[in-house]
Amino acid sequence: MSNSVILDVSNFSFAYGDVQAVKNVSFTVKRGEFFSFLGPNGAGKTTVINTLITLLPMQEGMVTVAGYDLRADRVKVRESIGIVFQQITLDKDMTVRETLDFHGDIYGMDRDNKLQRISELLALVELEEKADVLVNNLSGGMKRRLEIARGLMTRPQILFLDEPTIGLDPQTRQKTWEYLRMVNQEGTTIFMTTHYMDEADILSDSIALIDHGEIIKRGTPDELKSGLGKDIIYLETSDNNAASALIREIPGISGIQPCDGKLLICSGNDGAQVLPGIIRAADEQGIMVRSVSLKKPTMDDVFMHYTGTEIRD
Amino acid sequence: MLHPILWLALFGLGMAGNFERILGGGSTPAGMISYDYLTFMCPGMIAATILFANLYGGFSVLFDKNWGILREIMASPMPRRDLIIGISLSSVTKSLIQTFIIIVFGIVLGVTFFSGENFGGVLISLIGMVLFVAVFSAAVLCVSLYVAFKTSSPEGYQGVTTVLSMPVFFASNALYPSAGLPPVLQEIALINPLTHLSNGLRYFSMGDHFSALGLEFIFSSTEILISFVYLLVFALVTFYFALRAVEQSVIT
Repeated sequence: MSNSVILDVSNFSFAYGDVQAVKNVSFTVKRGEFFSFLGPNGAGKTTVINTLITLLPMQEGMVTVAGYDLRADRVKVRESIGIVFQQITLDKDMTVRETLDFHGDIYGMDRDNKLQRISELLALVELEEKADVLVNNLSGGMKRRLEIARGLMTRPQILFLDEPTIGLDPQTRQKTWEYLRMVNQEGTTIFMTTHYMDEADILSDSIALIDHGEIIKRGTPDELKSGLGKDIIYLETSDNNAASALIREIPGISGIQPCDGKLLICSGNDGAQVLPGIIRAADEQGIMVRSVSLKKPTMDDVFMHYTGTEIRD
Repeated sequence: MLHPILWLALFGLGMAGNFERILGGGSTPAGMISYDYLTFMCPGMIAATILFANLYGGFSVLFDKNWGILREIMASPMPRRDLIIGISLSSVTKSLIQTFIIIVFGIVLGVTFFSGENFGGVLISLIGMVLFVAVFSAAVLCVSLYVAFKTSSPEGYQGVTTVLSMPVFFASNALYPSAGLPPVLQEIALINPLTHLSNGLRYFSMGDHFSALGLEFIFSSTEILISFVYLLVFALVTFYFALRAVEQSVIT
């Protein structure tokens, strides 16, 4: 069991002065897993990842990365991981090849190993033709790919990515996802933070929802979505409070909560059959239904359900 | 690169003309080499250039720390010690190139370095100057690294280094003999590393016994050795503080 766990975080807390950024967080990531930390900006994602990659000091709790204690064996942890930072951290005056070569040097790789790895990775992220081009002349998507390649130079056991597709156009995001999936399928464990629901949904084996420095829900994308019921109904009425009390009594409704001026209703049964009953009940009580929408649960709904808010900036 | 050359050409030539006029050439004691102000000032100009270049040398590190590639390095298993040594060596290289440019340009302008020395003597003198410049530039670079890792904004960094540079530059004998300074500044000049660098450079470029600005200068080799050891200790101390600052720095 312990052998299959690559990242073990227990009771981890982090404070910037008086501000408690992460509160008593515990989770494990299995070897080979694609794990996502999903949460709004300011939820504590970057604090967690920066601690795990040793840029921030370890405060409260116990963490082991690839079997090494994060407090005692920081150099061993650094040797075992690969990192793709949130912001671009490339030297624009180096070529693509030099970037990877330099990375190999600071990680103490020997020359043959380095050269072999560089050609493998340039092929993987399809930058072979750009090998001798200055980073300055690469597009945003190419820079990201180069950073992913760099993160994989040392064949890390686990690759950390902090918001890997932030600021990329939709096509480039798709392409980046393909690379990440490929990397994961080749056996590298991935720990990713993101605030994109679709990204977490599409890529992850396992997701932890984080908000206000705490993990509020953990599961596979399917578990999280089916946890909300079969269908989701958004209802806007003239009196949401009264409607809420009323609808709660209707059989087949597994949950209801206010959300951005509407009611988010989770239905355990087929939503199309439940919906007429809801509208009729509201009508009988003189509550006017202003708008209604019915859909299958998505990660957005999961997020709305557990945090009660839209994603914020 | 251009900065010291402009100083030497504009300030140096301007001051030289005035000093010559005020002193009227002066009288040179027998058996002693006499130098004009331009020659006297040239080693000081080298010293000042090395001081300023390295004091601002941490600036790029501040940027890399906040917005760039330093994250990659800080998260790597590379020892922090190697990071400082690497940046120092790069800066020492730049300083040595600057030194040679100023020497060559100075000689073009009429600086009379290494007078009466044969080729071997000049070579030994150059090696001496290289050692002094290397140790001093590494030391000052460590100071700027310390400031870069302790401050978070470019404004803060610039404020601190500017305030540091002024007393070090003026309370020294780089531009003028410290004998003419008020007593308090003379004391400061005595412990000022820049003074020791200037002395070392003058010893190697102008000899152990000469006159300039109507004053007599005598350096014994022991004095110069002490200056060198002093700079070496200064470099070790600043290295230690830079290392601590890097190790304690938190990158957010």
